[in-house]
Amino acid sequence: MSSSKWLAVFAAACVLVLGLAACGGGDSTSSETASASESESESGGGAPSAEVSGEIAGAGSTAQQASQEAWIAEFENANGGATISYDGVGSGGGREQFISGGVAFAGSDTPLSESEGELAKAIKRCEPGELVEVPNYISPIAIVYNLPGVEELKLEPETLAEIFNQEIENWNDPKIAKENPGVELPETRIVPVNRSDESGTTENFTDYLSKVAPKVWTHEVSGDWPVKGGEAASGTSGVIEAVSSGEGAIGYADASQAGELGKALIKVGKTWAEPSAEAAAKVLDLSKEDPELEKGQKNVIAFEIDRKTEASGVYPIILVSSMIGCTKYKSADEAALVKAYFEYAISAEGQELAAEAAGSAPLSAELTKKVEAAVGAIE
Amino acid sequence: MAHFDTTTNAGQLLAAASGGRRRRGDRIFSNISVVAAVTILALLVGVAVFLVTEGFPAFTAASSELPDHESFLSYVAPLAFGTVLAGVLAMVIAVPLAVAVALFITHIAPPRLAMLLGFFVDLLAAIPSIIYGLWGIFVLGPAAVPAMKWLEEKLGFIPIFEGPASITGRTMLVVGMVLAVMILPIISAVAREVFSQTPRKLQEGAQALGATRWEMIRTTVLPFGRSSVVSGAMLGLGRALGETMAVAIILSVSGGVTFNLIGQANPSTIAANIALNFPESSGLAINALIATGLVLFAITLATNFLARLIIARAEVK
Repeated sequence: MSSSKWLAVFAAACVLVLGLAACGGGDSTSSETASASESESESGGGAPSAEVSGEIAGAGSTAQQASQEAWIAEFENANGGATISYDGVGSGGGREQFISGGVAFAGSDTPLSESEGELAKAIKRCEPGELVEVPNYISPIAIVYNLPGVEELKLEPETLAEIFNQEIENWNDPKIAKENPGVELPETRIVPVNRSDESGTTENFTDYLSKVAPKVWTHEVSGDWPVKGGEAASGTSGVIEAVSSGEGAIGYADASQAGELGKALIKVGKTWAEPSAEAAAKVLDLSKEDPELEKGQKNVIAFEIDRKTEASGVYPIILVSSMIGCTKYKSADEAALVKAYFEYAISAEGQELAAEAAGSAPLSAELTKKVEAAVGAIE
Repeated sequence: MAHFDTTTNAGQLLAAASGGRRRRGDRIFSNISVVAAVTILALLVGVAVFLVTEGFPAFTAASSELPDHESFLSYVAPLAFGTVLAGVLAMVIAVPLAVAVALFITHIAPPRLAMLLGFFVDLLAAIPSIIYGLWGIFVLGPAAVPAMKWLEEKLGFIPIFEGPASITGRTMLVVGMVLAVMILPIISAVAREVFSQTPRKLQEGAQALGATRWEMIRTTVLPFGRSSVVSGAMLGLGRALGETMAVAIILSVSGGVTFNLIGQANPSTIAANIALNFPESSGLAINALIATGLVLFAITLATNFLARLIIARAEVK
């Protein structure tokens, strides 16, 4: 091909790229300005209380993304004038954007805490109103394993911690065999699979291990997997894929994503618990609220999850994700919209929808009452 | 020299004849190109300033506040090692392959096949890196598991194949192979271009002296193309060092510094580490990630600088 022809192709490609970039850029800025102007200009026009309208944006936890999307679709159906967006940037990113005022609400897999001053900053962001933080999404974390021929696997918390701490290295280890009489365990190397990205699932799982097996699990609770040398994969789907493809692998992942993989039964008290929605939802009824995470804020509900519970029918390896907002916004309309959306998300209907869309565990009746009171404080 | 003189003369004549119209065109053109050149510089400076200002808090912070509670240097060192290891591995696989492909296309294949093959190699460059990543975990990784087991058994005495071999195939070796495929079209395109420009006189001279085809290639084509192949390889290395998605998806990152290429514990790369940890990070952890970006920037600059140096040396000869 002659050089002039190449030049023409190159020029055409440049035009195309520039054009696309312009379109993409234009799109995002226009929607941002629209939301800002709408929320400010509509403060005078009294909207009917039954149906809300306007535009708000939220960001945060990817664990919540599927259920947020389902809520948004249904909510927008019921409220024609309302537009809500949720950007699954991750819990940390969501909290940061909420504090800086970039979004009206956030979803986070861990409650706002005093580390790095996030809680104080969030309280300040909501002035003159108050901070609202309520659990809205509970999901059991399953221990998934890939052992052909082993249909049921029972694990004690200590054993689980030792497996993930790479202290038990073979599937036919006597410690595992002791808990699984009659099961023929192969002599396969155990390959624990963890998340390679920082995640709320990891944080909740390591929190569980450090509470139930403090002697074995001496690592700090963190969203970053603390043990070096294991198999690591990015995202829930990555962990599922790694466990599925590797015989002898064991990992932890959102129970709804486990698919065909075997899910281990975990010993709680004297019984063996499986990761079901009901068993997961019960944990919060047994848990106490954590005064340090609530910092005297009336509308903040944050639990110290009772991982050590011995009650039967309870599955304590759960992820609890919260919605974060304020009681007051720049305009009454914006506040009304946030309130209506939060109310929908925590309602029986909304929780049912999330269970269908994401396999989460609906909030218990007792917890719903508390959460409703906190959300009701939004003006 | 005379050749150039005539063209400038002709240009001036033409400019005079058309009453300065060409001169205005020249001015516009030169202004546009100056603006373009300055924009590039400004962008580069802008990125560097951003990296330094945003990354600075991580350099000065106490190690207790940084991720993993270690000093920034010990945080970034394994990442930098992983980045360089992945890049070098990709180069070791890709450069010989790319040169061989380029030689085949320019000197061995029949013209019709050469054109087709060249087209397909270029097409490799059009595949998005996320697709390479998915291909890596679903196809290449599992397929490489038995091969890596074999390497562990037969060649386990070499530290890089020490094992124990991964059961999922998400290893540094697989990442190196995927990166090699990704940078292959870049290197081979440059090599192809320069190999086809080897003066015919040289090639015919070598053959007239009784050289076989391989000897002809070795004595004329390869020396002629050497500096261009080096610069093409550096372009490829730049892409391999900065590749993010494919590495983040494939690699099982849970180890510190290790040369073991087939195990489950691998050092992460800087770009992949940023992609994996940025979403859930806040505060100083973000500064630390940006600071690692600055280190990557420095590594890429250094490799480019080194490449220029090699090329300049070669040209002086």
